Amino acid sequence: MIKVLAKSVREYKAASILSPFFVALEVVMECLIPFIISKLVNSIDVAAGATVKMSEIWMYGGILIAMAFASLLFGALAGAFCAKASAGFAKNLRKDLYYKVQDFSFENIDKFSTPSLVTRMTTDVTNVQFAYMMLIRMAVRSPLMMVFSLVMTFVMGGSLGWIFVAVIPPLALLLFLIAKKAMPLFHRVFKKYDNLNESIQENIRGMRVVKSFVREDYEKQKFDRAATDVQMDFTKAERILAWNHPIMQFFFYGVLSTVLFLGSYFILRSNGATSVGEVSQLIVYGMQILMSLMMLSFVFVMLIMSVESARRICEILAEESTITSPENAVTEVENGDIDFNDVSFKYSAAAERYALEDVDLHIKSGETIGIIGGTGSSKTTLVNLISRLYDATDGAVCVGGRDVKDYDLTALRNSVAVVLQKNELFSGTIKENLRWGDANATDEELVEACKLAQADEFIQGFPNGYDTFIEQGGTNVSGGQKQRLCIARALLKKPKVLILDDSTSAVDTQTDALIRKAFREYIPQTTKIIIAQRTSSVEDADRIVIMDNGKINAIGTHKQLLGTNSIYTEVYTTQNKKSNDDMISGGGDNE
Amino acid sequence: MSRSPMRGGKAMSGRPPKRKMEKGIMGRTIKAVFKCYPKMMTFALICLIINAVISSIPSIFMERVFSVVEKALKANGGWAEYGAEITWNMLTLIGLYVVSLILGAINNQLMAIITQGVLKKMRGRMFDGMQNLPIKYFDANSNGDIMSYYTNDIDSLRQMISQSLPQLLNSTIMVLTLFFIMLWYSLWLTLIVLGGVFFVLLVTKIVGGGAGKYFVGQQRAMGKTEGFIEEMMNGQKVVKVFCHEEAAKADFDKVNEHLYDQSNRANRYANMLMPILGNIGHVLYVIIALIGGAFIIGSVSNTSIGTAAGSVSIVFNIALVVAFLQMTRQFCNNINQVSNQVNSVVMGVAGAKRVFDLIDQQPEADDGYVTLVNAREVDGVITECEERTDVWAWKHPHGDGTVTYTKLCGDVVLDEVDFEYEQGKPVLQDVSIYAKPGQKVAFVGATGAGKTTITNLINRFYDIADGKIRYDGININKIKKADLRRSLGIVLQDTNLFTGTVMDNIRYGKLDATDEDCIAAAKLAGADDFIRRLPDGYNTMLTSNGANLSQGQRQLVSIARAAVADPPVMILDEATSSIDTRTEAIVSRGMDALMHGRTVFVIAHRLSTVKNSDVIIVLDHGRIIERGSHEKLIEQKGQYYKLYTGAFELE
Repeated sequence: MIKVLAKSVREYKAASILSPFFVALEVVMECLIPFIISKLVNSIDVAAGATVKMSEIWMYGGILIAMAFASLLFGALAGAFCAKASAGFAKNLRKDLYYKVQDFSFENIDKFSTPSLVTRMTTDVTNVQFAYMMLIRMAVRSPLMMVFSLVMTFVMGGSLGWIFVAVIPPLALLLFLIAKKAMPLFHRVFKKYDNLNESIQENIRGMRVVKSFVREDYEKQKFDRAATDVQMDFTKAERILAWNHPIMQFFFYGVLSTVLFLGSYFILRSNGATSVGEVSQLIVYGMQILMSLMMLSFVFVMLIMSVESARRICEILAEESTITSPENAVTEVENGDIDFNDVSFKYSAAAERYALEDVDLHIKSGETIGIIGGTGSSKTTLVNLISRLYDATDGAVCVGGRDVKDYDLTALRNSVAVVLQKNELFSGTIKENLRWGDANATDEELVEACKLAQADEFIQGFPNGYDTFIEQGGTNVSGGQKQRLCIARALLKKPKVLILDDSTSAVDTQTDALIRKAFREYIPQTTKIIIAQRTSSVEDADRIVIMDNGKINAIGTHKQLLGTNSIYTEVYTTQNKKSNDDMISGGGDNE
Repeated sequence: MSRSPMRGGKAMSGRPPKRKMEKGIMGRTIKAVFKCYPKMMTFALICLIINAVISSIPSIFMERVFSVVEKALKANGGWAEYGAEITWNMLTLIGLYVVSLILGAINNQLMAIITQGVLKKMRGRMFDGMQNLPIKYFDANSNGDIMSYYTNDIDSLRQMISQSLPQLLNSTIMVLTLFFIMLWYSLWLTLIVLGGVFFVLLVTKIVGGGAGKYFVGQQRAMGKTEGFIEEMMNGQKVVKVFCHEEAAKADFDKVNEHLYDQSNRANRYANMLMPILGNIGHVLYVIIALIGGAFIIGSVSNTSIGTAAGSVSIVFNIALVVAFLQMTRQFCNNINQVSNQVNSVVMGVAGAKRVFDLIDQQPEADDGYVTLVNAREVDGVITECEERTDVWAWKHPHGDGTVTYTKLCGDVVLDEVDFEYEQGKPVLQDVSIYAKPGQKVAFVGATGAGKTTITNLINRFYDIADGKIRYDGININKIKKADLRRSLGIVLQDTNLFTGTVMDNIRYGKLDATDEDCIAAAKLAGADDFIRRLPDGYNTMLTSNGANLSQGQRQLVSIARAAVADPPVMILDEATSSIDTRTEAIVSRGMDALMHGRTVFVIAHRLSTVKNSDVIIVLDHGRIIERGSHEKLIEQKGQYYKLYTGAFELE
């Protein structure tokens, strides 16, 4: 895991090394300062000489101030480098994660849900950033501080130094035990806490349901139970952690008393050879040692807590895209021929059922194919194989006479345009959105594509026309408008194959017909595949494919199928009940 | 302990500008804590204060011990003579330590209990209050915003109660105690230390302020990055289909770089504060040592409370200066502590303010007094009864003390209703609708025509501006909201299922429904078939709003949920929009059975769903433009006809 993460340090390696380096210098200064202070105190100490030596005070004072400034400088530099290193590391991690996801195949994307991907790139990275900051500053500082201080206690206090040596192991052990005992509790309670927050979110989202069913009191009780559970666990864990402080205090007081008492004893016994200044600074060192231990246990706990985040990040970084371009890939798609040669497909190797079974379908370039079938009949699955969004499990899918696996992915997908069922617009102007199809398209080309998609008229109706800003998720255009913009965007690719996956469901039937008419007249060479819910959208197709349970149930024209194919006939008649020649409007799920 | 320690910065952005308000919030927070645990908190506070005072006095004993040592050295005395005095001082010190330890431990334990208790209480108050807020509130505030009350703000509140406030109090008490001890020893030296403190505060303000500014910037950049990532991840499949990966990367780099910049600056300032403050302390120490030394040499006379009382040497001596130096150090440490805590207290206050804001939100008003009761009908006379009879009646108490009962039938009348969500933007104008018991009324119209608004008024999610709505002849404003809603079943387009089994979710409609009731309701809704095919059938766990079901399946479950409640009036708002036409054909039989004998309001995009309604109401910009049966409207060749023939688009 560390190896995977370390790759993201890159250009911040220098800062990552300089930070602990300056921390070390700072620690050295901080440890020498009490030593000089004791000298300073000694020079005040009359017992050491006849009178107070003012010159010595000046000297040590000067050294001390110089050291304080050095310490300040090192500390500030360490802090600055640490900030740079950790912020940079976080930046690279986010970048690596984001870049990785860009290379993901649909299968990879399905594996991690969208919210989970977002959390990993935000909260988790922030947690790791904080841990990294701890690691290159605190985790370096504390042990160094401890060692240096310990050395200094021996230098200054002689045998009194042993008091500290004696104290460290039991204290470290106790702090470790507390951390160890509290950690699993925290782990558990954080999970519960997450669940609690999730249930709050659910409640907020479902507030209309809650209120409609008058379930406010029920929800309150449910929440109270969960919140009490979280409170109990949190209290338990926090109470264990709350022992950290008294234990520290106990040792601190113990050391202080012992040093003070033995120190006085030694001073008197040695008749002033050990000085007051030395003893009082020993106490300072003692404090530093114990504080470092405390910090260390804190760092330890924080690091362990960020392990989960680190693990979740690594999961993405270690994920290999399931679909990549082959070597010596073909970069030119010859025409819009599509062949499914005995194709079967399942979403995962473990899946029991095939989503597609024994599909054999051959489409000539320029043909218009309609696909009809109920929910779960694998219509979308079928077309997703064409632009190699998924790989067929058995059999082969060919475009332009070659297996899709032979093509360079970019070349293939630029030739096979898909308007997804769950289509998205991005925040930005209409122009910017359209240029996803062709970054170099002229304004005229944009207008032309929009005219084909019957979108030009309503765009011209907007006050800002093609420069109208689309809000995130395309919330300021209606479902039907969004669908037509998405079609225009796909048309700009000038594809050899155009796939519309239920992309006109919110468009009225007349406009729908106009779009299809435009397709016939302006892009006759392009193979058009239209998945639809309503039969009117496919009636005039060259052939209609009826999907049922992952298999092709029938292929034929409207006339051939109507009356002979039970599924097609059923769908047709429910949609045209009572008045046979009337067409049905609507049917969209995104009003 | 915080999981994401950098969250804190967010709260800072909400930093209230007025100091006065901060004080009010702080006072309210403290009051809330005391109200929650009056005895425990008082005890904890006493422990904390005593502990803080005791923690500041070791330097006194050090001074005393060293004084004795000094005296001994001067007198050339040994341990034998002075040991007793030293030991005695030591024993007193140890005694104080023991007291401090015990009090400290008690305080820590109590605070752990109190903090979590108070947090739970606050969470509960927020949640309970939230349940009673009007729907308007949820329409006006995004889910993410409301959620951050429970995560970010509660988190900064926790930080404040468990750490910042106690530490601030502790440090302040120590500072004060030390200040008095210092005054006791030497006025002049104290004044010098105060000068240093002033400097420390100045630096804190400059550096700390810089950190604060960039932390706000970092939080903003974080929000932007998060928004960007969210949008791109949501559209990731589109990115793939359009081979837009490289452009998406370039856009991301820009946002990411800005976040890095802000984060780097914020942390740089924050990281530099401690070394700077700590070393100012050292410098101050040197200054005191120099001046102290000079004072000793010059045998400068000392002025202080102690000298006035006669217990401190009137000339500067070593013991005094050494002890004072020790105090200076401790004093500086605590001042640093205070400056460190001030920031997080400010954040905490901002968080607490938001928490209280939510708690203070005005709950949904309900002046209704007509209630729904079980009833028995004998010879046309309705009497109230305790047990469930499947006959319901409105209990209507009148001003003169009499009570009348009206049988619940499901007769809904809208009489010249006007409504606007925002002042000056009317959504409904002059809408009159008569729905007889058992009738099916359909609403057709473009988005924003006001279809859903009508249903929002019937169940009083919103209150009408003008006109009247009557339910079984009673003005719905007189009906208690809970009872009104209980008599209405609603299935919404955006289905919301809760974490739990499918069975639990159906039972949500009627908490005391048996398994058989739920299954019967599922069968009625046409959901039984697919539920049985789920891995664990009715016991299949649903999580994150039923992510493991298709949208159509979720709609079926939510129809079953409404069905089990068995209300006389049902509102179906695009309830079958995501069920494909083929499945809908299968479900429609169940739906017909479900609607049988109920007053039903249907909103549907798909005209095939509304064709067989008794009345179809066509809305346009908040007005009814056509009404009548399907056949009648087709005959009229008006707007409905155009929609039906596909000449018009429903948007």
